[in-house]
Amino acid sequence: MTGGQIQGNPDAAEVVLAARNVAKSYGSVHALKGVNFDIHRGQVTTLFGENGAGKSTLMKILSGVIQPTTGDIVLDGRPVSFANANEARDRGISIIHQELSLAPNLSVRDNIFMGRELRGPLGVDFAEEERQVRALMEELEEEIDPLTPVEELRLGQQQIVEIARALSVDSRILIMDEPTSALSASEVEVLFKVIRDLTARGVSIVYISHHLEEALTITDHAVVLRDGTMTAYAPRDQIDLDWIVRNMVGENYDLGSPPDSDKRGVALSIRNLSVPDATGKDLVRGLSLDVKAGEIVCIYGLMGAGRTELLETCAGRLRATGGEIVLEGQEISHLSIAERIARGLALVPEDRQRDGLVQTMSVGQNLSLASIASFTRGLFTSSRAEKKLIDDSIRNVTVKTSGGAAPIGSLSGGNQQKVVIGKMLATKPRVIMLDEPSRGIDIGAKAEVFRLLAEGARQGLAVIYSTSEVSECLSIAHRIIVMHKGRISAEFDSTVTKEKIMAASGESVAA
Amino acid sequence: MSATTAPAAKGNGFSIGRLLLEGRAFFALIAIIAVFSFLSPNYFTVSNFLIMSSQVAIYGILSVGMLLVILNGGIDLSVGSILALCGVCAGAMMQGITLDWAGVILYPPVWAVVVLTIAIGALVGALNGVLIAFFKVPPFVATLGVMYVARGVALLMTNGLTYNNLRGQEALGNTGFNWLGFNRIGGVPISVIVLAVVAILAGLMLSRSSFGRWLYASGGNERAAELSGVPTRFVKITVYTISGALAAIAGLVLASQLTSAGPTAGTTYELTAIAAVVIGGAALTGGRGGVRGTMLGAFVIGFLSAGLVIIGVSSYWQTVFTGAVIVLAVLMNSIQYGKGGRKS
Repeated sequence: MTGGQIQGNPDAAEVVLAARNVAKSYGSVHALKGVNFDIHRGQVTTLFGENGAGKSTLMKILSGVIQPTTGDIVLDGRPVSFANANEARDRGISIIHQELSLAPNLSVRDNIFMGRELRGPLGVDFAEEERQVRALMEELEEEIDPLTPVEELRLGQQQIVEIARALSVDSRILIMDEPTSALSASEVEVLFKVIRDLTARGVSIVYISHHLEEALTITDHAVVLRDGTMTAYAPRDQIDLDWIVRNMVGENYDLGSPPDSDKRGVALSIRNLSVPDATGKDLVRGLSLDVKAGEIVCIYGLMGAGRTELLETCAGRLRATGGEIVLEGQEISHLSIAERIARGLALVPEDRQRDGLVQTMSVGQNLSLASIASFTRGLFTSSRAEKKLIDDSIRNVTVKTSGGAAPIGSLSGGNQQKVVIGKMLATKPRVIMLDEPSRGIDIGAKAEVFRLLAEGARQGLAVIYSTSEVSECLSIAHRIIVMHKGRISAEFDSTVTKEKIMAASGESVAA
Repeated sequence: MSATTAPAAKGNGFSIGRLLLEGRAFFALIAIIAVFSFLSPNYFTVSNFLIMSSQVAIYGILSVGMLLVILNGGIDLSVGSILALCGVCAGAMMQGITLDWAGVILYPPVWAVVVLTIAIGALVGALNGVLIAFFKVPPFVATLGVMYVARGVALLMTNGLTYNNLRGQEALGNTGFNWLGFNRIGGVPISVIVLAVVAILAGLMLSRSSFGRWLYASGGNERAAELSGVPTRFVKITVYTISGALAAIAGLVLASQLTSAGPTAGTTYELTAIAAVVIGGAALTGGRGGVRGTMLGAFVIGFLSAGLVIIGVSSYWQTVFTGAVIVLAVLMNSIQYGKGGRKS
């Protein structure tokens, strides 16, 4: 505690909430490794970092959603521990999550007072609730009727409702995890005005955004996280965009270099591919891309750029409305997923828990799942042939496990990812596509995954991987494709700079 | 019939608690047999076991089909009605099919009746599968609808009456329908042999065939299975088709045991089949379970209710006991699977 609130000298403002040496582990995955973090009264602290750096984990700990493995939370100078988010909310800490947590079938009023309805003599006092919501909406300069069902609102308006809900509980500390990702420019302006009003009233804001420039206009402090540790801290007047990017991605961050491989013959050719979403809007628009055997191509882009849709369409999960997918000279758009795998096109999906692993099966059964036919003799599977395949896979992709019979849940995130990759490599593919292969795994495992891919390319495998971390583009990829709103917005070779890639992706960094 | 249950973690150590938990259906069966043998001298005899087993056979055959559906993460509420519909169809064929336009009455031989009846059951099951796999109707709703439709059709066909006397006539060459329900091979009732064959085939399919692996995978995580090249729709339609065909076999066995076929037969049998699967340790969320457990579950239910009858407990109490056993089984399942995976 360093005295009262002094305008213009941010560091001198009182610390209301702080994290001291906070660490969080999920099994053998360390999401946070001893982070210190201060929130100053009446000021905005912005948290920068790449996906998986631990930002959301830290915010969830501060707001009581999850509990730290070790370390303390200090509120007003006293250590506290919150059993759940409600307890934190009662102490004045609210969080607005990245994913909206509204009930779409209920009205704006009911959503804002969900779980803490105002009681009147005749049950819930709807009139008073409605009055308060109208006052909130006036403050936020939004013309949203309190009785409108949330599902009828635009995404941006829903975000506003979420913010109004946090404001309605008189929070002293408000955590906003990517609040502007769905807002229009004018809505962002309103939000920033609200943030300034709030800070003037002494409310502290923690702000997380991938929109770096936008965050810089509002913040008083910047904190940068990388791989679960705090790498830099500075007040606003000492920082600029370069400083943030440099600290976000790090300097000596080696994930290998493009392997020397024989690049000959186009292995996969995507021509003029378009993929619609459920409402018919195109997520991928007329995209064309050729990948040679032995080549490693990295697809960089922000959330919603269409990377996942592109890869899932090639794999056969989604249907394209137009265009061709040609694998080694054969048009394959009409084939099923199984037929594409049989022809040598494999996908390692983005979400390994949801799309990659069968949690009820063992490590070995997961590894052999995509190549059952190869160890089936007549009617029955051969357990000897299967065991050989499993043992080979475990060795090839270096899975750390007690053996093929171990439950899949006993592995760390990185090893689970290697199982998913090993499963697809066991099908002996010609082209392998990996959607965010490094998501949620630590640096060591990342390096091993990339080494595997480089090794594959050396043996003539065509590799396509997507990422939302710039540092991963500049590792093993021969070619970097930047996607923005369903199109290729730029194409670079491996000598490009991080800033150029980020600029082409629509991430607002002046190059 | 080993290794049909999901493999447990190796090297977890040998503890009595864990052994009791994993072998709970087996120990429950032993306990039931021990208690009733003590209470009644008539219980622990070979002839009684064979009688009880032939009663268990109907539920047992249904529950093998139900197991496949539940492993896929679904549920099949229509098996009781399919059983009745198929029984009635078999009865109608045994009574003779009148072809007005040709002016003849056809009396198909028994083997043809059996084949046609199983085909009808498989067809109704396939209808379930298509509704669920292609039209995305939730399994509960699709099979609930088919449950009503099948029952209604069975009632319409007979006008609510029962086909009696399915013994056939020597002159028509269609005798032998009661063979399934009454005959024995080496002292063992045919129905028990049918159950054993069904269980062994299902066990082999689950543990040794690629289809079995597809089924466990798509029940455990359908999205992951699909992306790994498993034909998940084919798996789905197949399990419901098999479940329907097994319901038809159960219907034939029941009609043969009674030498009559009624449209109200098999009411609530689907619930008993689900109970057997659950007591056998299968997870209703799919992907976990095996034939061995399901068989034990079927025998636990069958031997428990038969024992209660033998010692003269009111049938109302039987219902209470059966319910308690089911709740206990689900409780144990959540203890076993609740911790699973996250351990170590």
